[in-house]
This record gives sequence, structure tokens and C-alpha cells, in this order.
Amino acid sequence: MALKLFKKDQTRAMIDRYSWAELVGIYVGIALFLFFMLAPFIEGFLVSLKPLAQLFSSPYSFLPENGSFEAYRTMWVSVPSFGRYIFNSLLISTIATIIVLILVVPAAYAFARFKFKGMAMVLAAFLAVSMFSGAVLLIPLFRLMRTLGLLNTYFAMIVPGAAFLIPSAIWLLRTYMMRIPIELNEAAYMDGASQFYTFRRVILPIARPGIIVVAIMTFIGAYAQQFIFALTFNSKTEFMPLPVGLFAYFGKQEVIWNELMAASFVGIAPAMVIIFFLQRYLVGGLTAGAIKQ
Amino acid sequence: MTQNRAALIFAWALLAPAIIYVLVIVAWPLVETFRLSFTDASLRKTTNYVGWRNYLKIFDRDFLEIIIRTFTWTFFSVLLKMLIGTFGAVLLNCAVPGRHVFRILTMPPWIVPMAIGIFMWGWMYNGQFGMISGLLQRFGIVDGPVAFLAYGNTAYWSTIVTDVWIGVPMVTIYFLAAIQSIPRDLYEAAWTDGASRWMRFRRITLPLMGPAVITMSMLSLISTFNSFDIIWILTQGGPSGSTTTMIIDTYATAIGSKKYGEGAARAVVICIFLSLFCVAYFRMTRKLAAAEKT
Repeated sequence: MALKLFKKDQTRAMIDRYSWAELVGIYVGIALFLFFMLAPFIEGFLVSLKPLAQLFSSPYSFLPENGSFEAYRTMWVSVPSFGRYIFNSLLISTIATIIVLILVVPAAYAFARFKFKGMAMVLAAFLAVSMFSGAVLLIPLFRLMRTLGLLNTYFAMIVPGAAFLIPSAIWLLRTYMMRIPIELNEAAYMDGASQFYTFRRVILPIARPGIIVVAIMTFIGAYAQQFIFALTFNSKTEFMPLPVGLFAYFGKQEVIWNELMAASFVGIAPAMVIIFFLQRYLVGGLTAGAIKQ
Repeated sequence: MTQNRAALIFAWALLAPAIIYVLVIVAWPLVETFRLSFTDASLRKTTNYVGWRNYLKIFDRDFLEIIIRTFTWTFFSVLLKMLIGTFGAVLLNCAVPGRHVFRILTMPPWIVPMAIGIFMWGWMYNGQFGMISGLLQRFGIVDGPVAFLAYGNTAYWSTIVTDVWIGVPMVTIYFLAAIQSIPRDLYEAAWTDGASRWMRFRRITLPLMGPAVITMSMLSLISTFNSFDIIWILTQGGPSGSTTTMIIDTYATAIGSKKYGEGAARAVVICIFLSLFCVAYFRMTRKLAAAEKT
């Protein structure tokens, strides 16, 4: 990149040239910043390698002495249902994402394309919704779930979870769809296509990349934020998602820390795989909507 | 005209499912919270209207303290998120080798399930065996083990640090995008005029980041005010209430002690604050949009 720019325009390359002192400063700064971001993961990983006896010994040693991946094996033995928790998490996130997409794709299109009276108000109301967290509405939600007979089922976690993911998904997809040229709608209208046909056959295929970004964002959001509803609306072990299931490693006497950390890393893996492959879309998708309007 | 009419019906038909869903799951509970706050609802079968009694009951010195604590906690957390986010965004914007990898490495705290990140912090704060206390002792900064979550003051700051850690990635990425959308011509012109790197940062980057900083601090203000998982997992509001924010207090009253009516009254107070933030946020975005147009 830098090389290409240099050929094109000398100023551009010169402006990006750093002195040695500046380079050192930048890297030290980045190192400090990333250390803060990653220290818990580094420490967590090292803990997962240490035998339990070494964990509870003073003085503190940063590196494991005879580290092994033993905890990654025993974690499945101490909490046999751990695989189930990961499955639950994935299932809850997937269904929540599908619900959100079904609701959000048409709504985002409507907000992007039509300007009828009252719609701006509704959009603002959607945004306002995202500001009230589930924690504030917990009491009536609990009663609602009880009335609907959803307590202690997957849907007790999916239904409220999805509702709080809708506003940001609408916002993101709307911005994306606003960039689809209106001429496409006009051309479809000229050819006698109905509104629905235009939406289904013209807009949806073009919007697919945006829909994918929103789907990933929603999935990650659902995967990351499964705590409060799972804690409050579900007490059945077999339906517990990962964040609550991890409490199984909190024994009666002490926490099995090395296994807890090992289990955490195994639980993170699905999300990490997604990020690794899709980070380019994510950074683009996240920022495109927000800034360039 | 008929076409317009069809479009109108079509548009609202597209919106209807999402509107209905959010009405049932969010708007109705919101209304219900207000109604419940005037009742003595609990696990008992019967529920009576008790007027303002819940509100009279909750407004005591303790509750006032909790409100103040929530605001200071939120203030420090948002302030640190903005400072560290700006720091990170400016550095990650530098055209140095490896910057793409660094940007990816910023994201884990945000992407990983919150509870997992919080467990890891829980271990780090451990006095006997945790990393922070261990390293502080190693370098001779403190004499004995420091159990960060065992004392009011350190627990307060520990929960803030964890909240900042979870919030910084989003702020950083957003600020980075804001910096990158600044036209390069400005920097080139300044560079040609001999402005130093610091001058260019001070006079171009910072002022043009303004709208992004305002937007982000409002959004973080709202999410931080609502922060629940971190405090609940690390301290459950303790020790002796030193990390009890309004959300934690509401949860403990409503779900912990099953006093639904009183909990609802506490939730209503949160809703009032959130609505104020909401109005402020919409006002500000409108002002920013207007400023951009002129």
C-alpha cells in the first residue's frame, strides 16, 4: 500500500514516514494498548495450563512450571454437560438471529425507501428501545414469560434477547439499503413489477452483503449477551447457555479455575473462528453505516 | 395516487412485524413497570394498589447514595473509554507495518461472551493468586497480597476497569473509522505548510473527531448506565454495597428479594434517567446533522 502511494504521489508517502523515535513511540503505545486488551486472555490461557495445585500456591508465578493441556481434557469430565452448553448457546444465537432477520430486513427496507408520515417517529422509537436494557424491564418480562408459559425453555432466552437486538440491526441495514439506487425501484415499476416483487427479486439479492453483515453482528451480539435472561428466566440445566453454564465450575469449596479457563477458551472458539474469517466485512459494515451519512 | 396508496400500505406492512414484536417485548413491559411500581406485587397471589408508597419508601439516604454512585461510576467509565479509545484509534491509524493485525487484536473483549471476559478479570483481581496483585508484589509496589474485590474502594475501581475493557474496542473502531473519513488533503496541506505531526493531530484530527466523540460518549453513557453483568459476576454489588449501582440495586430488590412492586419503582427511576439521556442524545444528533448541512 505504502509503496503504491509513493509512486502515485510523493507527498502521501512522505507524510506517512516516521522517524525512529516516532516509530518506537507508536509501537510502545500499541503494545501498551494491546496488553490492556489481551492481558486477561493471556493470563486466562496460562491459568488453563497450570495444574490446580500450582494455581493456589504463593508466591505468584506468571508462567506455568510444568504446564499441560490436562485441564482441556478434565473439563469435560468435571462438567459432562459442557458440550450441551455450547450447543445451547449456538442454538439460542442462531434462532435469535433468524427471528431478528425476518423482522428487520423488511423493516429496514421500509425505513430506507419510503418516507411516509410517522415513520421517522417509529424509527426514533426503535432507537429509544435499544437504550432500555433488559435489566430494567426484568420484572414484567418475567411475568410475561410466565404467562406465555415460556419460563425454563429456550424461548425464554431467545424471545427477549431478539427484541433488544432489533434496533441496532435495523439501523445498520437501513443505512446499507439507502445506498441502493432508487432508479432500480423506478425501473422495476416501469416494467410493471409489484412492490413486493421488487422487494423480493430486485432489492433482496442486491442487499445480501449487508444482510450478511447484520446477521453476523446479530449472532455475535446474541452469543455474547446471554447472561441476564438466562440467569433469570431459566433454571433448567439442560437449556443453559455457555455464560451461565460456566458457573458449573464454581464448586462448593473452591472454583476449579484451570478448567474454568480451559472451558472459556473452548467456548470462545466458535466466536473467534467467525471473527477471524469475517473481520474484514465486520469492520467495513460497522463503520460504513455510522460515519458516512 | 393509487400507486402511492399501495406503497403506503406496503411500507407499513413491512414495518408491522417488527413494530408488533418490540411493542410486546419492550414497550408493554415498560408500561407494566410503571403500573407495578404503584402496587405491592410480590410472590403472593393478591396485588393491591398502594399509590406512591413504594416511591416514598425507596427515597432514603441509601438510595440517594446509590444514584450518586451510579453516576460517578458511569462518569469515570465513560471518560476512560473515550480517552483510551482515542489513544488506541490514533495509534492504530498510524501507517506502520502490522496495523491490520493490531486492529483485529483489539476486538476480542467486545466479541467474546461478556461473562467469559469477566471470569478472567475475576481471576486477575484475586489477591493470593491473581496476576495484578502478583506482579505488583513482584515489583515491590505493594507489600502483601491485594484482594481487589474484597475492599469497597478497590472493588469500585476494579469493576470500572473491567467495564472500560469491554467498552474500549467498539469506541476504538468507531473512532478509527471517524479518523479515516477525514479528507487526507487536509493533512497534506498542513504538512506542506510545515505543521508538525502533533500540530496536525491537535488542529485537524481532534476537532474533526468531535461529532464521533459526542455520539460515542452518549451511546457509552447509556450502555454503561445499564451495565449489569460485570458487577453482578464480580461482586454482586458488594462488598457492603460499594459497587451497587441502580441496575444492581433494582435486580437485587426485584429478583433477589422478590419485591416486584418496590423493584419496579426503582426501575422507573432508572427509566426516567435513561429517557433524559435519550432526549439529550436525539437533540445532539439533530444538532450535529444540522451543523453538517450548513
